[in-house]
Amino acid sequence: MATATASEGTIAGSGVRIEYDEDVVKLFTIATMFWGIAAFTVGVLIALQLAFPVLNLGLEWTSFGRLRPLHTSAAIFAFGGNALLGTSFFVVQRTCRASLFGGRATARFVFWGYQLFIALAGTGYVLGITQGREYAEPEWYVDLWLTLVWVVYLLVFLGTLIKRREPHIYVANWFYLAFIVTIAMLHIVNNLAVPVSFTGIKSYSLFSGVQDALTQWWYGHNAVGFFLTAGFLGIMYYFIPKQAERPVYSYRLSIVHFWSLIFLYIWAGPHHLHYTALPDWAQTLGMTFSIMLWMPSWGGMINGIMTLSGAWDKLRTDPVLRFLVVSVAFYGMSTFEGPLMSVKAVNSLSHYTDWTIGHVHSGALGWVAFVSFGATYFLVQRLWKRERLYSIKLVSYHFWTSTLGIVLYIVSMWWSGITQGLMWRSYDRLGFLQFSFIETVERMHPFYVVRALGGLLFLIGALIMVYNMWRTIRGDIRIETGVTYSTGAAAAGTAD
Amino acid sequence: MKWHKAIETRSVLMLVLILITVSIGGIVEIVPLFTIESTIEKVEGVRPYTPLEQVGRNIYIREGCYNCHSQMLRAFRDEVERYGHYSLAAESMYDHPFQWGSKRTGPDLARVGGKYSNEWHVAHLIDPQQLVQGSIMPQYPFLADAEIRTDDIVDHLRALRLVGVPYSDEMMDEAAADMTAQADPFGDHGGLQARYPKAAVGDLDGDPTRLTEMDALVAYLQILGRMVDFADYDTPDLRQ
Repeated sequence: MATATASEGTIAGSGVRIEYDEDVVKLFTIATMFWGIAAFTVGVLIALQLAFPVLNLGLEWTSFGRLRPLHTSAAIFAFGGNALLGTSFFVVQRTCRASLFGGRATARFVFWGYQLFIALAGTGYVLGITQGREYAEPEWYVDLWLTLVWVVYLLVFLGTLIKRREPHIYVANWFYLAFIVTIAMLHIVNNLAVPVSFTGIKSYSLFSGVQDALTQWWYGHNAVGFFLTAGFLGIMYYFIPKQAERPVYSYRLSIVHFWSLIFLYIWAGPHHLHYTALPDWAQTLGMTFSIMLWMPSWGGMINGIMTLSGAWDKLRTDPVLRFLVVSVAFYGMSTFEGPLMSVKAVNSLSHYTDWTIGHVHSGALGWVAFVSFGATYFLVQRLWKRERLYSIKLVSYHFWTSTLGIVLYIVSMWWSGITQGLMWRSYDRLGFLQFSFIETVERMHPFYVVRALGGLLFLIGALIMVYNMWRTIRGDIRIETGVTYSTGAAAAGTAD
Repeated sequence: MKWHKAIETRSVLMLVLILITVSIGGIVEIVPLFTIESTIEKVEGVRPYTPLEQVGRNIYIREGCYNCHSQMLRAFRDEVERYGHYSLAAESMYDHPFQWGSKRTGPDLARVGGKYSNEWHVAHLIDPQQLVQGSIMPQYPFLADAEIRTDDIVDHLRALRLVGVPYSDEMMDEAAADMTAQADPFGDHGGLQARYPKAAVGDLDGDPTRLTEMDALVAYLQILGRMVDFADYDTPDLRQ
């Protein structure tokens, strides 16, 4: 069944035509931006709540405690998740020269099933339905539904790999595969629970106390490692070479850093529990592996950035490529900061403070969101077969607005985090604690205002992107002077 | 890297190798926590939550208190002086799920039990800014108006018993009665206190006529950190 939007590839020499399912990628692309705006908006709101608590409104549905999981889940699983699922379906078809295994209906089940998961999880948080496990808040019935959707997703992806018409599996797919399989493992183990009744919403986790804590942070850290890192490295490995029109810098480096990254990441969870009641041996093990993790992380960064060898000039003219490359630079920065914070001495200061929040956002905004923006700009003109984006200048405005927002965000959080950490442990000359807790809270106010401003700029940038996308999809083109278009960004609709 | 060709041309082999690679770290780190006996310190006093405390704990989770409050004191001079004895693994051994938290936008609550009166907690939850100037905590006035049910508490205890919390048959039988009695200023607390030592009893929310979410949450907050009597132990006794 040929549709107007399905792209076709040919098999060299054979003349056989392959029909890619790109409609489902379109759905994911739109969902990515929809949930992105939702996540950023709630983020700005809860940032403002910390600066101005009256915004909690005294209502149960609008208090920080319920909205913060809404923000984190919307950012990670709704915005990030749709970007990952959408790009993986695009990339796996192109690099395998095969349409999606299971056909269009199965792919649509994955899309709508995943959106249902998001809706169930999100509405649950507002209504107070939560397991109280960070980044794994959805209750047991939502977890079961996600498991089903995820297994189907794995089968579609793996099936497409198996029926590929290329001898090798492209490196981006290694990362996508590791992301899908490992998330399945983490999700199932961390959410083991006993429901109070099969008609009710409440469940109790199988593990308790210290074992539960490490299971949760084994999950939590590897939601970062496999959802927010491995998956997005898959995006990097396809979209940066495409946009820069250069091959991946080093094949050998991709092999070494892929296997070492996925092996080491899984050990790093205990660094979230330094100096807690988790036994020391586990903390030390977690710290050691976190420091080692620095190397494969930078292996990925080097491979991404050095792919621009011979094409550095494109950064001046192509703001889409700028998003992609700067995202990898942010990835390098936060994967240096992470091992630093996992050192127990540093962690004794940084833990429980806003420094952690700043660290997470340099990764989430700088790396995850930027690489998603770059890939989405790339996809919009490909999927809707436009000659180019509606406006290149608007991409540039988006880039600088967001970058300024990130800088305000992470600098204010470094400042507030280190300030608060130092205030907690300050003693006066008589040997008494110098500050009451509330004094340290009051000192945070200006930083919380600046952080909210940073988040607002990031949101404005994303709204500029949505406008640009919408006009591009409509088929409009803005005549702009002083802008050059790289051929990579203009070659729409070609089969790879 | 010729050897890698064997992997990157076989999807299922790659899948299996990935699964093996990512399984090792978790197995090495998590499994010993269940098998090494010294992981949970040998201390007396840690008991299952009373039915009302457990309901309060569920409200604590529902409202996402863990987003801003930790329940895990590190063995640092300033934390011990500010909050009390550092936390033990044993103290959360019946916590399904754990609520150690990861952020202190507000203070740690691991030892908040007994530090403030019931009246203070009620007034503070209704309007934090009135008691603590400069506080950025949300207001929870609705807790005082929300009545709680006692008819399904046995189901909750049964689920908890299934995951390892040692609720006795007697505790199960008396669950609903214990729940009402704990917040009743005129109730008979003898049985409850015998089953659950140190439980805060009486008119917890300032309204003896109704059993509310406020009663439950205050009951929970008032037991936090009080189960173990640290006067009975020296630091070497608490080694993991």
